[in-house]
Amino acid sequence: MIEARQLTKRYGEKTAVDRLDFEVKPGMVTGFLGPNGAGKSTTMRLIIGLDAATSGSVSVNGRRYARHAAPLQEVGALLEARSIHPGRTAFDHLMVLAHTHGIPRRRVDEMIELTGLQSVARKRAGSFSLGMGQRLGIAAALLGDPATVMLDEPVNGLDPEGVLWIRNLLAGLAAEGRTVFVSSHLMAEVALVAEHLIVVGRGRLLADTTVQDLVRQAGGDTVTVATADPARLRAALASPGVEITGRAGSEQLQVSGLSARQIGLAAAEHGIALFELTPKQVSLEEAFMDLTRDAVEYHGAVTSGVAA
Amino acid sequence: MSTAMEARPAGAGAGPVSRPAYKVTGRRVLRSEWAKLWTLRSTWITLALGLAGLLVFGSIAAVRYKSLTTSGGTRPGSGEFVNASAVTLTLFGVRFGQLALGVLGVLVAAGEYSTGMIRSTLAAVPRRLPVLWSKAAVYGVVAFVVGVAGAFGGFLIVNAVVNGTPAHMPLSDGGVARSLLGAGLYLSLVGVIGTALGMLMRSVPGAISVLVATLLLVPGLLSLLPTSWQDNIGPYLPSNAAEALYALQHAPGMLSAGTGALVLLGWTVLALAGGAYRLVRRDA
Repeated sequence: MIEARQLTKRYGEKTAVDRLDFEVKPGMVTGFLGPNGAGKSTTMRLIIGLDAATSGSVSVNGRRYARHAAPLQEVGALLEARSIHPGRTAFDHLMVLAHTHGIPRRRVDEMIELTGLQSVARKRAGSFSLGMGQRLGIAAALLGDPATVMLDEPVNGLDPEGVLWIRNLLAGLAAEGRTVFVSSHLMAEVALVAEHLIVVGRGRLLADTTVQDLVRQAGGDTVTVATADPARLRAALASPGVEITGRAGSEQLQVSGLSARQIGLAAAEHGIALFELTPKQVSLEEAFMDLTRDAVEYHGAVTSGVAA
Repeated sequence: MSTAMEARPAGAGAGPVSRPAYKVTGRRVLRSEWAKLWTLRSTWITLALGLAGLLVFGSIAAVRYKSLTTSGGTRPGSGEFVNASAVTLTLFGVRFGQLALGVLGVLVAAGEYSTGMIRSTLAAVPRRLPVLWSKAAVYGVVAFVVGVAGAFGGFLIVNAVVNGTPAHMPLSDGGVARSLLGAGLYLSLVGVIGTALGMLMRSVPGAISVLVATLLLVPGLLSLLPTSWQDNIGPYLPSNAAEALYALQHAPGMLSAGTGALVLLGWTVLALAGGAYRLVRRDA
């Protein structure tokens, strides 16, 4: 369980995290989404106290992270930035962390096995590929058997097999009742594993919602219909929970709350001829872009004049 | 590598109720820092260099002294070897040893920042200060052992070389053991100051520069000041306090060995306070 209250972090003039309020609940995967530079990594650093909040607070299982007797047992974190000494072997790196908590060597061996690092455990971490380094980071995060697992862009640099492995791992951790908090700038990736979503842009909370609701809000379940007599169709479809919009003088209507199939059947029942019946497909990616359009830090240049 | 990668629950069956009770304690942080030190190749290399420096430079000085005195080219006790004794010859190595041990002290702390390891370290020990105390304690002890071993080892070699010259002196002579232990203590404190500077500067080159400047350049710059200032400030500089700590004979104007040790300890505490302040107050 992670609770942020008005969490704010300023670096000089720049506000990286702006009065964030959110809760991350146990037993499910919560996706932490936002474009690059939205403040996701900073928020995670604030959660484990690497950075101090300018104002507001964030607690883990009811207390500040640093106030726990066994911090690694509360939160296991994989940060985006590399957090290992390249001269130390994977095994030694994990042992060094294990020593601080009195975690037995057996547990270190288990984590090496879990992350598939057996063959390279005695090699220096500096020689690891991106994917290997990511696995070592995950082994370190899970070392303390943490109630909350927090991973910053865990699939970055992983091959498809690794991506699949992470996905299953996260689902497994959540099923065990742990709090799982995973950041990404890729909606599609998060939608596959996350139940709940926290979306940020420019440090602000944009949405605290579920995957389904996000799609609905973005207009994912509207159907476009066209008919010669829109007024009659409106009357035929009208019922509680159904919303119909359309411009005057246009044959088209946007219907939400009914499926294309239901609309078609209702029209046939009333003998209304339809010229068009199109369910509007909004991808998660579009819904996400809609939400964050104004909050994107770095827009790609569209003008061609400057191209050298 | 592939196959056995099914996402097995990390708890290995342990439900939240039966979770083991882990806990961070001071002793465990010490244990961790001890393991950190010895699991890096750079530690072994730098310590070996430091020890070799202590042994080799003293030996070179001894051989040179011996050849000068036996060939009769210069009279004993003149030129670069004024009042040379086995102790002063041995201590030629300290100048090199302090660099190696000081640099390793810097690496112990600033190396974590340059590699990013500090994030893992502070995630495990978010109260932070135990990390600095443990680093200083572990490395201080290791540097002391290496420093004392180098000083006494160097003395034995030097004494064997200068056997039969006026420089020869038994270990049991007044002040010899104190002098050699003082050299060991000095090397240990230089190491700890290096660690504190590493924490303070968070940069390996930055902290090494400050350390080297303090040990080697500041005494030279002091000569630019008026004489009265030199006399008042000079003895309290780290390098001069150190000399007072391990010198066999104390020239006028020099601090006593005990006072020198205290002054050096004061500098160490100051550096540690600076490192602690930065560690606690600034984002990692």
